[in-house]
Amino acid sequence: MGKVIVVTSGKGGVGKTTSTAALGAALARSGHNVVVVDFDVGLRNLDLVMGAERRVVFDLINVVQGVAKLPQALIRDKRLETLYLLPASQTRDKDALTEEGIARVIADLRSRFDWVICDSPAGIERGATLAMRFADEAVIVANPEVSSVRDSDRIIGLLDSKTEKAERGERMAKHLLIARFDPARATRGEMLGIQDVLEILSIPLLGVIPESEEVLRASNLGAPITICGQQSAPAHAYMDAARRLAGEEIEMSIPTEKRGLLTKLFGRRAA
Amino acid sequence: MSEVTVLSAARQRGAMPLRGRSYMAFALTPEPPIADWLGELDAWLRGSSGFFAGRPVVLDLSAVTLTSSAIAHLISELGARGIRIMGLEGVAAEKLGPGLPPLVTGGRPAPVEAISPKSEPVSSARDSEPTSLVVESPVRSGQSIFFPDGDVTVLGSVGSGAEVIAGGSIHIYGTLRGRAMAGTSGIRKARIFCTRLEAELLAIDGYYRTAEDLDATLLGKPVQAWLAGETLNLSEID
Repeated sequence: MGKVIVVTSGKGGVGKTTSTAALGAALARSGHNVVVVDFDVGLRNLDLVMGAERRVVFDLINVVQGVAKLPQALIRDKRLETLYLLPASQTRDKDALTEEGIARVIADLRSRFDWVICDSPAGIERGATLAMRFADEAVIVANPEVSSVRDSDRIIGLLDSKTEKAERGERMAKHLLIARFDPARATRGEMLGIQDVLEILSIPLLGVIPESEEVLRASNLGAPITICGQQSAPAHAYMDAARRLAGEEIEMSIPTEKRGLLTKLFGRRAA
Repeated sequence: MSEVTVLSAARQRGAMPLRGRSYMAFALTPEPPIADWLGELDAWLRGSSGFFAGRPVVLDLSAVTLTSSAIAHLISELGARGIRIMGLEGVAAEKLGPGLPPLVTGGRPAPVEAISPKSEPVSSARDSEPTSLVVESPVRSGQSIFFPDGDVTVLGSVGSGAEVIAGGSIHIYGTLRGRAMAGTSGIRKARIFCTRLEAELLAIDGYYRTAEDLDATLLGKPVQAWLAGETLNLSEID
């Protein structure tokens, strides 16, 4: 039986879809069978980030409504053969998702894959609550800024009350992934520090992803950063986060400010 | 609780047609020895006095064997406790004299809905024993803890955009980033305590201060708030 992970944040634009793709590819690279599921019905993006947008035939809604069978809708990644995508529909809206239908699809995916990674839409409405509804564990993506952190706090509250696991009286494991961390700006106090975020959210840290142009480049190329930019700092951070998610103990490395030779010589801070 | 069918007579153009109706009634089932069962009933009624007042109750005698005078005695004992018996169940018809409630049959079990015996005696509980609520997890943004009956203790932080509302005092063993409103039932001596103050709003009995009105030197410190006259005072706890 596979594990169902929801990647969620409350706020939009913090890196949920990028993180879903990167973690999914990282797990698949270490030999796990992985499916990434796009729950953002109506505003789908995961197919683009995975580079599968030209191969979408059936989608999650079709499977939920019984129009297509699950294997027909699953798209296998061209680079990693243990990585699959279940795309969202772009033409429908989130009301087309039913709780019973989602429960059935998730149970089916769980029996086929080691990891089912659900990319939640932003917000706290139906799409987001359905994406988290049947999860075993949650990855909360936050940026080190106050609005993102407060929204994450709200989402954690919902994970503890609105999910099936919470309603059974069990506690859902939650992992914090801090994305778009800029050490220079954090040092200057323009961003919250890692400790501040951890103190406010008080859930265990899964990883810190440094802000990098590599991530944007990978998204535009249609490849998860853990496939196409394997040597980059964010790819390393995602690989480590994926291994922690799988239960490995890996020392946490917090990105630090890179100082050039000149700034060191002149003892000035990089601007 | 069981459903009891009662036949009612309605007058209609000279004829006397009988119509059937179903009602909900509570079924009490005494168990031998009767004296002990009455004792248990008394203990339960102490926490929920007046629960049966005005409610239809059927006495199910299937678990006991009683003579008709014993049945009459039991009914008068229940009557003394404010329980009126509208019918009897599980007893032979010949035992029932004219002075006893009629035999009812065909009752079906039904769920006791929307009646929680605990909700009624709130006022009496408040008089006798103080109540308090302990929240053992952080209060997250968007969550609201509302406890009008006494003090609230939070073991963890109260997030920005979360609120804790208490009839009595509020104790937060963590950072208060959201709102805390104490003494909402008009208790002016209620206080707010937190181990780290970063609150959005503090209020006691309706007198409040927003983050803007808080003394900046108290931010990040362990603080208590109390009401003196019409002023909400804050001081560091050392």
